[in-house]
Amino acid sequence: MNSMENHNNFNASRRNFLQSSGQLIVGFNLITFLELDNTETDLSGEPGKKNIVDSWITLDSEGMVTVLTGKMELGQGIKTALMQIAAEELDVAMEKVKIVIADTARTQDERYTAGSASIEGSGKAIRNAAAEARKYLLTLAEKKIGTTAENLFVENGKVISKTNQQAVSYQELINGKRFEIEVTGKAPVKSPQDYKLIGKPVPRKDLSLMASAQPYYVQDLRFPEMVHARVLRPPTYNAKLLSLPKSEVLALPGVLKVVVNGSFVAAITTEEYQSIKALNRMKQMAKWESPSVSPLQKDLYTDILNNTKSSETVEERGNVEEALIADSKKHEAIYKRPYHIHGSIGPSCAIGLWENNQLTIWTHSQGVYPLRKTLSDLLKISEDNIRTIGVPGAGCYGHNGADDVAADAALLAMQMEGKHVRVQWMREDEHTWEPFGSAMVFKLKASMDDSGKINSWYTELWSDTHSSRPGGKAGHFIAARDLEKPFDFQTGGFSGGSHRNSIPLYNLKNRKVVLHNFKGPLRTSALRSLGAYANIFALESFMDELAEKAGEDPVQFRLEHLTDERAKEVITTLVNKAGWRKNKQENFGEGIAFAQYKNAASYFAVKAEVTIDPIKKTFKVTKLTGSIDAGQTINSDGIINQTSGGMIQAASWTLLEQVIYDEKGVQSKTWESYPILRFGDVPDTEVILIDRPEKPPLGAGEAAQGPTAAAIANAIFHATGSRLRDMPLTADKIDWTKV
Amino acid sequence: MAAKITLKVNGKSYQEDVDPDMPLLYFLRNNLQMNGPKYGCGIERCGSCMVLLNGKANPSCVIPASAAQEFEITTLDALANGEKLDIVQEAFIEEQAAQCGYCLNGMIISAKALLSENKNPTDIQIRQALQRVLCRCGTHTRMIQAVKNAAQKMNE
Repeated sequence: MNSMENHNNFNASRRNFLQSSGQLIVGFNLITFLELDNTETDLSGEPGKKNIVDSWITLDSEGMVTVLTGKMELGQGIKTALMQIAAEELDVAMEKVKIVIADTARTQDERYTAGSASIEGSGKAIRNAAAEARKYLLTLAEKKIGTTAENLFVENGKVISKTNQQAVSYQELINGKRFEIEVTGKAPVKSPQDYKLIGKPVPRKDLSLMASAQPYYVQDLRFPEMVHARVLRPPTYNAKLLSLPKSEVLALPGVLKVVVNGSFVAAITTEEYQSIKALNRMKQMAKWESPSVSPLQKDLYTDILNNTKSSETVEERGNVEEALIADSKKHEAIYKRPYHIHGSIGPSCAIGLWENNQLTIWTHSQGVYPLRKTLSDLLKISEDNIRTIGVPGAGCYGHNGADDVAADAALLAMQMEGKHVRVQWMREDEHTWEPFGSAMVFKLKASMDDSGKINSWYTELWSDTHSSRPGGKAGHFIAARDLEKPFDFQTGGFSGGSHRNSIPLYNLKNRKVVLHNFKGPLRTSALRSLGAYANIFALESFMDELAEKAGEDPVQFRLEHLTDERAKEVITTLVNKAGWRKNKQENFGEGIAFAQYKNAASYFAVKAEVTIDPIKKTFKVTKLTGSIDAGQTINSDGIINQTSGGMIQAASWTLLEQVIYDEKGVQSKTWESYPILRFGDVPDTEVILIDRPEKPPLGAGEAAQGPTAAAIANAIFHATGSRLRDMPLTADKIDWTKV
Repeated sequence: MAAKITLKVNGKSYQEDVDPDMPLLYFLRNNLQMNGPKYGCGIERCGSCMVLLNGKANPSCVIPASAAQEFEITTLDALANGEKLDIVQEAFIEEQAAQCGYCLNGMIISAKALLSENKNPTDIQIRQALQRVLCRCGTHTRMIQAVKNAAQKMNE
């Protein structure tokens, strides 16, 4: 029950946490590793912090190793992977390692847990720190045993002499004393051939807690005399409250307080169900002035193309315009992606406590420090008087309602001094108020030379922002915009996430990518893989179309345009193991797609298999087989689980999902109006893992999204002859007369 | 208005003064402080709040506490026998069949109900039994495997 312990001592400052003796403390700074995830903007990082030690691994007198990480467990299994790294470098068993996650009183500011950057960033820092600890312990052992380090080896937390088997444990070396060392970066890290834990499928311990109904989630936290609250969200964006008969709500059973601050409305009650009843009553009685949402959904894509706010050239090489005129073989196509929800199964939840001029927030936010900074702006309380504690929630897949509900809890806790206030969003709140993955449009053009090689490639893409996380400005909280003295929301520019993976990894002499930013009608922010999902859908669908135009096999065509050997190998491994269009089968199609996430992280190729029923005019994705090269594997089972899940989630986005809205606002309020894949339609999945122990580990959690979408479109084309370019890819968009 | 409600949960009888309209879910989570059943949608569309009512898997987010009085209610919290986990729980852990795990309650409860009626479910029967429960992380493949694993263990 790691996540449940030690939450009550506000003054546990990060230094105080380490004040006991009988410890070896290794300090290191993470700032140099944090640049990895800076493509999501709104960074709250303070430059010039480089030499400050503010993160630690400790080893105590019981031989327990504690890793303190600012990263958050989101269901991706980061706790296990980071513990594995520490256990490996220190040569201790997994059972001897504990981890403390995101907590402003205990861990370092690692900003957001996002961008598949935790292993590449935190993992590397923890590896270096653990190596430093090991080196230091060996120098202590040299004195104790009376020999030099090369005559010593470590096994299970014991330093053993190679010559006479004399052994001394880590605890004996620490012997109740206190050692504090810093990472020099010079301690040797283990050679991959000596790995005992890295690369292995170490099981996640937290799964046992989940499976046995132990308290694990923020939703499971209970405090004495905790009160409950529900927020009455406006009917749509920018709606203003005209009236609410407050006294009538106050008269309902259990209602302790009705908070009305501008258009921010909430009821606080003794029991949880009372707050739901109060919410329902307030919903019936509140009168609002609601501006119409525009453009309407039917006009959205036209509007996107015509209302560009700004444009930037992302990439330009050679002369695309000239080549497009000169070449005889040309092709162009337009692809569209609607708004998507994150769709956490557990709606967002937070608990706030305002006591002795100090605010504590229990949250499943992806960034406890940026959240704290933004709460400080919202409430005008010093950051020193706010503690934000990360406790896992349901999977978030990006910026969902987690931060917003934390702001709700903070605002309401301020009204209930001394009480823990639990705010639970309802399903409708999460569906309609979370920031969506942006709608996007892509216009792709290419030309080929006479040999069927692509000579020029021109991508224009349109997108709203993919990051509006709260990085210090309260206007990023929806509640803050509703207050009597509202905070303005400014996106702070459009993010790099829009054009993620828009530049093809293929060898192209002439290429150009232009990004057009638009401000759409719905709230948007980071959804797993940001713009990469739809960029890869467009790019890899278009590659298939070009292969068709060139009369080439799609696999062969891709390989001919690649020079990166790992890229080629991830594709050839896939087709060698999973087979590729061996026999032409009736009512069946196979499609392939490939990408390297961010053109810098994991390589991923996927084959989709589709069966069709021409009589019923339906199709089904029956199997997804992916191959992934994430460099050095830390936890093989973790990568396979994330990759398989990524494929299924992407299949759901691609086949079924779009946010429905009208002039009154978002209408996708339930799982009925926004369906996602259920068991009956979930394809079988298989993951082929290419481990490269000698290479650096690469972020793997978002590699599958884009390629899976394109592979499905390509398989549908193979089976039906119809090229579907507008998501969701539904059966009614197929021209069944061609089948 | 509050009324005396008596529920039989995990083999014990509990009497509480509660709003009789209050859904069973809140009785279990708040009055009895259980963590198994979880709030997900409130309209029986996601299965996060599954419990066994007389051995059958049912959502607990709509049924009023008063109407639940006639059932023997079992929750994930009591599936284990002391420290010894149920075979279905063990199988889900063994297959590492979860990511965020929020849906795990619904999955395990649904699987438990299935396997108590059918010791050798086919792939399709497993999918049907889990159909009501949503998973957003995409861990479906492993969950199907976990149910097969549990079935195998039960038949050993």
